[in-house]
Amino acid sequence: MDVTLTVNGTPHVLEIDDPRVSLLDALRQRLDLTGTKKGCDHGQCGACTVIVNGRRINSCLTLAVMHEGDEITTIEGIGTPGDLAPLQQAFIRHDGFQCGYCTPGQIMSATAMLEELRQGWPSQVTGDLGSPALSDDEIRERMSGNLCRCSCYPNIVDAIREVAGKAAEGAA
Amino acid sequence: MPEPIELKLDHRMDLPDQEDLLDRMAQGVISTPMDRPEGPLKVSGTASYADEDHPPGTAYGWFVRANIAKGWVTGLNTKELQTMPGVLAVIRDDRMIRNPAQGGDAKSPHQGPAEIFYKGQPIALVVAETFEQARDAGLAARAEYKDSSHKAVILPAQAKYEEPRSKQSSQGNLDRAMKKAAFSVDVEYDTPSMSHAAMEPHAAVAWWEDGRLTLRGSYQMLNSNAQELADALGVSVKKVRILSRYVGGGFGSKLGIGHEGVGAAIAAQKLGRPVAIALHRRQVFEATHRRSETRQRVRLCCDADGHLTGIGHEAWVSNLPGEDFSEPVTQATSFTWAGENREIGHYIGRLNLTGAGSMRAPGEAVGVPVTDAAMDELSEAAGIDPVEFRLRNIPETDPSTGKPFSSNRLADCIRIGAERFGWSERPKVPGSRREGEWLIGFGMSAIIRVNMLGDSTARVTLRPDGTALVETDMTDIGTGSYSVLTQIAAEMLGLPPERVTTVLGDSDLPPSIGSGGSRGAASSGSSVMLAARALRGKLAERMGCDEEELTLKDGTVIAGNRQRDLADVLAGDSLQGTGTIRKGKAEDGHRQSSWGAEFCEVAVSSVTGEVHVRRLSGVFAAGRILNAKTARSQCMGGMIFGIGQALHEEVFHDARDGSFMNRDLAEYHVPVNLDVPHMDIELLMDDRDPFANPMQAKGIGELALCGTAGAIVNAIANATGHRFRSFPVTLDKVLEKLG
Ligand code: FES
Ligand code: FES
Repeated sequence: MDVTLTVNGTPHVLEIDDPRVSLLDALRQRLDLTGTKKGCDHGQCGACTVIVNGRRINSCLTLAVMHEGDEITTIEGIGTPGDLAPLQQAFIRHDGFQCGYCTPGQIMSATAMLEELRQGWPSQVTGDLGSPALSDDEIRERMSGNLCRCSCYPNIVDAIREVAGKAAEGAA
Repeated sequence: MPEPIELKLDHRMDLPDQEDLLDRMAQGVISTPMDRPEGPLKVSGTASYADEDHPPGTAYGWFVRANIAKGWVTGLNTKELQTMPGVLAVIRDDRMIRNPAQGGDAKSPHQGPAEIFYKGQPIALVVAETFEQARDAGLAARAEYKDSSHKAVILPAQAKYEEPRSKQSSQGNLDRAMKKAAFSVDVEYDTPSMSHAAMEPHAAVAWWEDGRLTLRGSYQMLNSNAQELADALGVSVKKVRILSRYVGGGFGSKLGIGHEGVGAAIAAQKLGRPVAIALHRRQVFEATHRRSETRQRVRLCCDADGHLTGIGHEAWVSNLPGEDFSEPVTQATSFTWAGENREIGHYIGRLNLTGAGSMRAPGEAVGVPVTDAAMDELSEAAGIDPVEFRLRNIPETDPSTGKPFSSNRLADCIRIGAERFGWSERPKVPGSRREGEWLIGFGMSAIIRVNMLGDSTARVTLRPDGTALVETDMTDIGTGSYSVLTQIAAEMLGLPPERVTTVLGDSDLPPSIGSGGSRGAASSGSSVMLAARALRGKLAERMGCDEEELTLKDGTVIAGNRQRDLADVLAGDSLQGTGTIRKGKAEDGHRQSSWGAEFCEVAVSSVTGEVHVRRLSGVFAAGRILNAKTARSQCMGGMIFGIGQALHEEVFHDARDGSFMNRDLAEYHVPVNLDVPHMDIELLMDDRDPFANPMQAKGIGELALCGTAGAIVNAIANATGHRFRSFPVTLDKVLEKLG
């Protein structure tokens, strides 16, 4: 069957002949958007994180055919090597990665997470449920679904805090 | 482009380096915290890993794996599988392997998948048009067996242990020393099977063109990997090219050629089209390697002043029958601490479990935390502060051989670390500091990892426009090879790093030792330095001066009061230097090691038994630091690996058949972001080791792991008043003791 996915603003009509194709494999193998990584194919590592209709999801845990008409953002839509987004630049400056395999997922997750925080969604570590603050523990908790075996966590937190802090200053 | 002018420089490391050449260069990029040059590709998802950029027409493979722990495959429902949609082939081939090669084997691992040695061993390969079809058919496979599982040895307690002569040693009389000592400890610790759990699953894409194989793979040591693959396939190594431009983490799990590489190559040959195989996460756990479980007995004794008089360290480890590798648990014990009576024991059991191989810092990663925890126990028994106790027992020379150290910065690391951490605030009485439900404690550990050099060659080309190209088959598995090799060439040639391009991860390029054993940066870096030095010689000749009088900076060539543009001196020529570093006698006469000390504060919940690492700090000495940023990240990664080892990581083997009961990332717990505090990491930037190599740099990729778990369990003991001798220290174990 034909499925229309809008990926990074561009509509793609995909002929999905096999309902078992995950959104992750559709992106990687059929659209050749290999920036989204497969770490476990199980919903356990976060390497495959993409943003679908504004929310971050594990693309390995959902089937391509379920996304007719959906707006999908992948790492390729965040910034390119010649035109990197602030978060991507901050990851480089703070060495928020080593092997780089978890990195697209981290950046997608961080992008969506900051928006969740801005909208006031509480998390497990939120004290006052009404107004979660941009604390290191909030960042750590909200990024804990993205494993990094190279273990760049403290640098990832530094990169996110810097970008989020600047954005908050700009808004104030 | 005209033919390049070729230059060569070979160096065997027989004598200590006297020149400290990198310190005499003018560019000033070496050691700086330069951003990774490949960073923009990695953060934008454009760096290309093994299972990407599939050639047109790629088919997909999925391994069928053994469902029993020991026996033979006698049949498979091949006919049925062949009728399934999309299935192209069901392959059983005697060239397929039992387990991946060990690092540096350079020959095929054990072949012949029909004989089963462990549950989960690949026995056949299904190839289909799509990934989904291959997986479906693979899961529908049913094998028939001649089952001899009753003869399988699963539990270490059932194993007969080999005692290889060369791995035992003894001096003085430890038994007597233990009896006579003022204080002694005789303790047993254990560490479980562990898994590397690199984020990128093992994957390979293979295709043949004119009888030559190209394999995109995720491997760490391409020169030996190509030999392993060629040997397995029965072809000349010239017929094999492996590409590993980006490797999504290795930690030792990608040191040797694996099932995916051999399987994809065979399938691509049979089908005459490209074949991709990416191991599923469960297959990564069960069909690559694990770190062996260990049981360790440590005996330590000292006099009334806290001077060690004896040290004994025995280790029981395991592997598959016929594997040469065994976790070298006692590797650092021979030289770290003083004591004239010494005994080392190393025993290897043969188990029908997933093979054991090198995982980050094989040996010290599990050996140092245990000896260090025992040191902590003895310091407590002797009533001496743990820092002071360790400082008293740093030997002047290697106590096993009497050889001098090439450099020993352990005391410096301990002193600086104690000061930075605020060690003087440590609770003097274990179990005495409490914040509500939380028990607070401090702990520390010495950090030790041996240093090695491996033969490596690199090529550096200066192009007529004054840019440089660095080429070697070295890999960057997150370690920072792209960064440091770029910096070394830039420093030697006086170029801004933007004018240097580094190309790695292609077995057709000059051979390096690859990534493993913390040798990669120092070994391949030295070869780049030598190649660049050959070019400097030529430039000096053109300037009519000695190389020592030559200054290269920002693309200009300076000799005395003459200054010319580099491109001008090149005069349209390309200069191509090939540099080779070889191991030599310098390592025979001196004990080489990297050094460190780590300090930790934990909070232990008296209600739930949870352990929180509140602070973790480390000081490290590893000779010249090539890039302060990537080196720091390697240390951070090692320390966090150690948090996992201390508190979370354990493979549970089913006692009946050895299979992994927690074979995925939800059940095998690696640290996550919230487990990790901010860290204080200090690198001794002034350190140099002339015996190591011409750069005077030593290994740092594994160092920080080698003791971390010791610092953490020592802190837990300080917090709770209880010693935990079975890793990892999970809540159940804590609650049992806290009562
Ligand atoms: S690949 Fe989707 S969560 Fe791991
Ligand atoms: S950078 Fe390697 S797993 Fe995160």
